[in-house]
Amino acid sequence: MVDMIQRFKALLAILALVLVAAMPARADDLKPLVDGLGKNGYAALREAIGALAATGDPAVAPVLQALGAGDLYVRKSDRAVFAATKADGGFALKDPLTGADAGTAGSRDVEKIRVNNAVREAVTSALGSLTLMSADPAKRRAAAADVFRNSDPAQIPLIDQAISKETDAGIATTLQMARAAAVLKSDAPDAEKVAAIAALQAKGGRDVLAQLTAIEASAPDGAVKAAAQTAITSIQGTLKLWDGAQNILYGISLGSVLLLAAIGLAITFGVMGVINMAHGEMVMIGAYTTFVVQELIRNNMPWLFDWSLAISLPLAFLVAGLVGVLIERMVIRYLYGRPLETLLATWGVSLILQQAVRTWFGPNNREVGNPSWMSGAFELGNLTITYNRMWIVVFALVVFATLMLVLKRTPFGLQTRAVTQNRPMASSMGIRTPWVDALTFGLGSGIAGIAGVALSQIDNVSPNLGQGYIIDSFMVVVFGGVGNLWGTLVGAFTLGIANKFLEPYAGAVLGKILVLVFIILFIQKRPRGLFALKGRAVEA
Amino acid sequence: MVTNFLLRALDRRTAIVLIAILGVGILLPVLNLATDPSSPFHVPTYVLTLLGKYLTYALLALAVDLVWGFCGILSLGHAAFFALGGYAMGMYLMRQIGDRGTYGNPLLPDFMVFLNWKELPWFWTGFDHFWFAAILVLLVPGILAFVFGWFAFRSRVTGVYLSIITQAMTYALLLAFFRNDMGFGGNNGLTDFKEILGFDIQADTTRGALFFASALALAAGFWICRAVIASKFGKVLVAVRDAESRTRFIGYRVEGYKLLVWTLSAMMAGVAGALYVPQIGIINPGEFAPANSIEAVIWVAVGGRGTLIGPIVGALLVSFGKTWFTSGMLAEYWLFVLGGLFVLVTLFLPKGVVGTFLARDRKKPAEKPIEDVVAPGAVGQAAE
Amino acid sequence: MTSTIEPVAHAKAKDSLLYLDGVSVSFDGFKALRGLSLVIEPGEMRAIIGPNGAGKTTMMDVITGKTKPDSGDVYFAGDTDLTRLDEAAIASLGIGRKFQKPTVFESHTVWDNIDLALAGDRKPFATLFHRTSQAEIARVEEILDTIRLTDKRDWLAANLSHGQKQWLEIGMLLAQEPKLLLVDEPAAGMTDAETAETAILLQEIARTKSVVVVEHDMTFVRDLGVKVTVLHEGSVLSEGSLDAASADPKVIEVYLGR
Repeated sequence: MVDMIQRFKALLAILALVLVAAMPARADDLKPLVDGLGKNGYAALREAIGALAATGDPAVAPVLQALGAGDLYVRKSDRAVFAATKADGGFALKDPLTGADAGTAGSRDVEKIRVNNAVREAVTSALGSLTLMSADPAKRRAAAADVFRNSDPAQIPLIDQAISKETDAGIATTLQMARAAAVLKSDAPDAEKVAAIAALQAKGGRDVLAQLTAIEASAPDGAVKAAAQTAITSIQGTLKLWDGAQNILYGISLGSVLLLAAIGLAITFGVMGVINMAHGEMVMIGAYTTFVVQELIRNNMPWLFDWSLAISLPLAFLVAGLVGVLIERMVIRYLYGRPLETLLATWGVSLILQQAVRTWFGPNNREVGNPSWMSGAFELGNLTITYNRMWIVVFALVVFATLMLVLKRTPFGLQTRAVTQNRPMASSMGIRTPWVDALTFGLGSGIAGIAGVALSQIDNVSPNLGQGYIIDSFMVVVFGGVGNLWGTLVGAFTLGIANKFLEPYAGAVLGKILVLVFIILFIQKRPRGLFALKGRAVEA
Repeated sequence: MVTNFLLRALDRRTAIVLIAILGVGILLPVLNLATDPSSPFHVPTYVLTLLGKYLTYALLALAVDLVWGFCGILSLGHAAFFALGGYAMGMYLMRQIGDRGTYGNPLLPDFMVFLNWKELPWFWTGFDHFWFAAILVLLVPGILAFVFGWFAFRSRVTGVYLSIITQAMTYALLLAFFRNDMGFGGNNGLTDFKEILGFDIQADTTRGALFFASALALAAGFWICRAVIASKFGKVLVAVRDAESRTRFIGYRVEGYKLLVWTLSAMMAGVAGALYVPQIGIINPGEFAPANSIEAVIWVAVGGRGTLIGPIVGALLVSFGKTWFTSGMLAEYWLFVLGGLFVLVTLFLPKGVVGTFLARDRKKPAEKPIEDVVAPGAVGQAAE
Repeated sequence: MTSTIEPVAHAKAKDSLLYLDGVSVSFDGFKALRGLSLVIEPGEMRAIIGPNGAGKTTMMDVITGKTKPDSGDVYFAGDTDLTRLDEAAIASLGIGRKFQKPTVFESHTVWDNIDLALAGDRKPFATLFHRTSQAEIARVEEILDTIRLTDKRDWLAANLSHGQKQWLEIGMLLAQEPKLLLVDEPAAGMTDAETAETAILLQEIARTKSVVVVEHDMTFVRDLGVKVTVLHEGSVLSEGSLDAASADPKVIEVYLGR
């Protein structure tokens, strides 16, 4: 609430500024200052620039820009200053403040205002300070960041001025930091510098670290150097924590992808003991469904584009689920109790599906767009989180929760669990196991399909899409323990995070290899996974 | 002991197969070298090379069948052993290039010069010698299989779990060999070979010799497999396949049996890879791809697992089909065919071509298992 | 706790062939065995009866090393701790097991089934270079004769009838030359004639070996005419002759309900 009010206030202030700037009366006040630029001599010119900058009025920025570009001229007759462009052997004159037409002049009637390097520097500095005063907070923020990076001691007075006027708390902090950084480079007394280091240390972050490292290297031995050293150690420690957090975040993101890919597999493998090597292709089919939906929308109803994923989800579920049921009915049901054969047959199915998609859509990557709410990123502390990754994490958890509900709370789920635990018993209790099998397989495949919708947002949509996921998915299911969805959840996130933690030390490929080796060793230790079903029935 | 072990397996059928393989191994190179290119009996060199490749595939299939068909271990990672054998041979061939590489560096292979390496990594030492490479062709896959198997079989990882971790194994190796800093040529692998044992690797005579070597290796592999299967050891393997816990309860330590046959099979695959590389002229990480391992399994399935002729027939049939399809206009449809093959064979031809044929052949008398050629109780031998 | 009990248990186990004391096993909270104690003397034949879920099969699993007990002692021949050994080692010690469902090697011939079970060196390399001796052939023939399958010696085990498979499995046990035979429901699924013949077969075997028979079929147990142990919910409910056991009120309650 407080935040809202403050934002509203800021908005009002900006509005007011804009109105004031646009008022002609204001332009009249500035006019003499602008004309001051026409005085002879570089010293006078610099003085006039200073006077203009001192107004802090963004309206003078175009004037200074024109001056820097060498576009300002003085009319000899009244020493008035204009922005002039060459036209028909003479010049077209414009008011430098408002840009309004001010007639024409012969080439002899006007005189160019010359600038030397000292003047140019004055112009740049003045422009910088003016951007700091800009009415647009985004511009001010960028300018403040610039000032911080440059940390020029000469700008300290200007920064002070900006701080005093700044209404946005965030920008003010950046300015404070910029000031502290500038102080460190100035010849201010040590005490002030140590205070500045403390201020910087409080902010932390990579930029500060870079600045402090430079200071530490150049400072003579003494209080400043010592303070800088402590600050550096402290910031590095903090950064390590943030890095850890970022890795966890990446790991969660990867884990959610693994979860999406593996969860359908966990059902078919867990419930039916069937290794479906075509599972990855169900993911691919989901991704291609998204592609087709987006193509249709793009060509026919572009305004629906932001809804394309929502439309794709049920379609992908249906298409992949249907393909799954077909595979179950046509191939897998003849192979129950022969898991190794099932593995081979479904591998064959996966080859056929891949080639079918390749023939149909071509072998190249297809473009699947991100709707607006899926693109971009936001910052959380020192962490950068992209929207698509975030939504996929959310989505994966929602899918997981929904699936849990379906399995725990619906008659279908009850039957599925019954079949998982004791197929002959379930069958003799009147559960139509073939029907449950087909639907379970359809469900697992359908979930793979909606995983494909999500993955189309972060991966290349190509006929090989599924192959990249199949081994990882199996690792997740096997690691987590077959027949246990919670195991899949834990397995996915554990492996995701482990992968991302290993990456900085071992590199992406080696990290992956290490994880694979780890799982291979893990299976030796616990052949039935983390959360295995135990008991006599399983052994038999 | 070993001679006897081999000799007692040499029944009439085995002998016929061995003679057939070796006969082809001699006949085709002779037809290539001794006949005029215009003669109808001439075998072009490219055909010889192609068939040589098929023979190494057949040996790989035999290795897969030994563990899958007779011991029930479905390996989805045999391509890894094949490729490791291939890399060991490839490293020897790389060293034979000497200073004839593009960069003309007498010490380092081209890819190392390209990567700015200054000296030969330690694990390349010794590969200048053929005998060293030949030993490693057996040892590297053998040791990997032994270590992997020791872990896996001891903790009783079986069935699809085992299949999946074998696949993970080859996948991990695939990723590893893609890396440049592994020192095996990264993405491009090892290629541009010039000589083997001092002979020009492109020459027709060398090609002929390699073809014969492949046939010889296949024949040897077949004979060894036959002897293994005919022994009491082989019967225990089948017992493990059919009823693993029963086998344990009558006192056999199953993991030892699995480990031995698994390691033997890996070494066979390594030899196949080592013969494959000089004929193809390149080895790269793609050979580790899980798809390759599974393709080897389908050769066995098509031919008939649990028979020893089956995998050879299957490898030749499927590879021939692949060459025929992918070289013509139907190239695009090959994956449909291959995929369909997987489905149809598992659904309708679980015993494979040879298995089905043999089963029909022997339906009348006694319905013996196809692999059981040795007389029950081996009465004849005991008489000596 | 075990450390104080062990020497005592050891002493008690000394003269027995099989000694179980306080054996407990649980699967995910379900207690399959709770403090089961049982002693089999050398040369004894014992019948174990009990309703489904009484823990009969789990007891077999513990003895043969398939399942490790959570607590308790299992000793064989006085001083061999079975809980430390795996299936193969226990089998080599001389404990043979017949499963409830007949498990034979279906794609081997009857002859090979017996041949594989024949006592001998079980190491992989030994079998690789093994050559069948005249003595072994004689032994296989003798066993085939005992289990009445001589005329089917070249048949695939898969083609045998259910009862014949049971016999073949018993034959395999004999070939192992065990000191102790564990037989799980040998009469299950047999015709009456086959059941009676099986009882005779087991009695023949029991002349030289200790046998533990788990059985549901009371007629069969009566035919055996041996000491009976009644299991219930993972521990011993009653022990004695069949008549004494069936007169035990606790047994009546469990079997017949109130």
